[in-house]
Amino acid sequence: MRPPSPSIPEKDFFFSALDQALRLDGRDFLEARPHSLSFGAELGHVECSLGKTRVLAQVDAKMVRPEPQRPFEGLISIHCELSPMASTEYEPGRQSDEEIALARMLDKIFRRSDTIDREALCILAGERVWHLRIAIHALADAGGLLDCASLACAAALRHFRRPDVEVVGANEVIVHPPALRAPVPLALHHTPYCITFACYRAAPEPSAAAAKGAGAGTVAGQTETAPRVLLDPAGLEHRLAQGMLHLALTPQRELAVVHKAGGLPLAPGVLMGAVQVAARRARELEAWLDVRVREDWVRKKVEVR
Amino acid sequence: MPVVLPGEVIQTQHKTIKLGPGLQQISNPEEKTAMTVTRAGTLEQNAKGNQFWVEGNSRRYVPAAQEPVIGIVSARQGEGWRVDIGYAHQASLDGLAFEGASRRNRPNLKVNSLVYARVSLAHKDMEPELECFDAQTRKAEGFGELKGGFLVRCSLKMSRNLLNPNYFLLPLLGSRFPLDTALGTNGRVWISAKEVKQIIVAARCIEAADPDGGGMDQNAIKKFISTLDL
Repeated sequence: MRPPSPSIPEKDFFFSALDQALRLDGRDFLEARPHSLSFGAELGHVECSLGKTRVLAQVDAKMVRPEPQRPFEGLISIHCELSPMASTEYEPGRQSDEEIALARMLDKIFRRSDTIDREALCILAGERVWHLRIAIHALADAGGLLDCASLACAAALRHFRRPDVEVVGANEVIVHPPALRAPVPLALHHTPYCITFACYRAAPEPSAAAAKGAGAGTVAGQTETAPRVLLDPAGLEHRLAQGMLHLALTPQRELAVVHKAGGLPLAPGVLMGAVQVAARRARELEAWLDVRVREDWVRKKVEVR
Repeated sequence: MPVVLPGEVIQTQHKTIKLGPGLQQISNPEEKTAMTVTRAGTLEQNAKGNQFWVEGNSRRYVPAAQEPVIGIVSARQGEGWRVDIGYAHQASLDGLAFEGASRRNRPNLKVNSLVYARVSLAHKDMEPELECFDAQTRKAEGFGELKGGFLVRCSLKMSRNLLNPNYFLLPLLGSRFPLDTALGTNGRVWISAKEVKQIIVAARCIEAADPDGGGMDQNAIKKFISTLDL
């Protein structure tokens, strides 16, 4: 069954609220929902929530033989699962379009942007490499699933540590259990954060709405006739968006992915404004993530010195 | 009240009992009154001990006869409409199940409009059916199309709480500003007020008081309202 589209009263109310520069959950235009992380017992097991959206990410590594054409590189695979547990809109069985879109975006953000140093995953050239498997499970979807999934994935990659290995002689590999040698964190080049914006056409009478929204709550470069841009769209905002913009970028302002598939055209100024906002948010997320992952590492006491 | 899980068998002394949602009668040859639980929750009974039901919270609606629900019209079908009520299947609403409707004069509902209706038929092997009037009196009694306003989604427990006349939230909101509501037991609440802001406040309060969301009590909600811009 196709998900039911929003009803006429919902749609009308949403746009009349937007015309008054109000969001349904009382946020400002450029305010994101609160996020939180909780770590599982294993390293690399992270549950992330963004508002009511919740995603579980798990990273595990196993040893495999590398592909013959790339003997020095480890393997990385990202698996996504959207089950009816997340929302009544998803069906079990066949992969839905949303699931494919999510998997492809995560693949672009983490694999194709070279987040993980693949050569560091090599143990014995041509013989043994690590295969990282990242599993993403959507537990609840209330909009902004991609942002939440990418945050969970980033946290899981930071949290995960692989067992230490030692190569003895020509081709003997010893895996040290975590009790004897502290597990090794992954070599990450950078951590991209995905940030989503929803765009809507400018208000029909710009005077009232723009005057109200023109303060701190709007993207720089947004004028009266420019489209309205909302950070971190939830639920109805997501469904009724006239255009979506996904930006994945590192706190060092390196863009990994800019994804704007159709929808409302955006002026360069508005796009640049959105990038500035996203860069600020990526820095905040980075600082927060760093603290949380370190806290958990200290609490776990894996390393004894 | 004991917590029960689906499949548990419950026996009582009473000969004639009434079963509410979450319970099913099982036949047994020993002439004992027994029932089996079909839903997880706490088992409740009335003071006399002849009525039983299972109280719990969930997000997926399963229709029961006579319950008021809010549906979204998803398609036209012959004489009536197909309506989404949040169940696994679509419900059907007959074109003549409205007050004053006749073959010539039928209400005109558009796809994606909202209707407040009562479940007239709920059977586990059949598609649910809705009606927008009382079948005996043929009066609307508040049912029909909902125009304007806004639809808030909440957990099923919250929508049942709101239907309880002793529950604090709606009187509290009503003391701040006038509002109209239509309460569906399928986790949907329709709110209408004069100002957009007021509807947003009402929606956020329902979200905050929802046991599945914020789970705030009366005092917390009072404090919460005073922080909102009204």
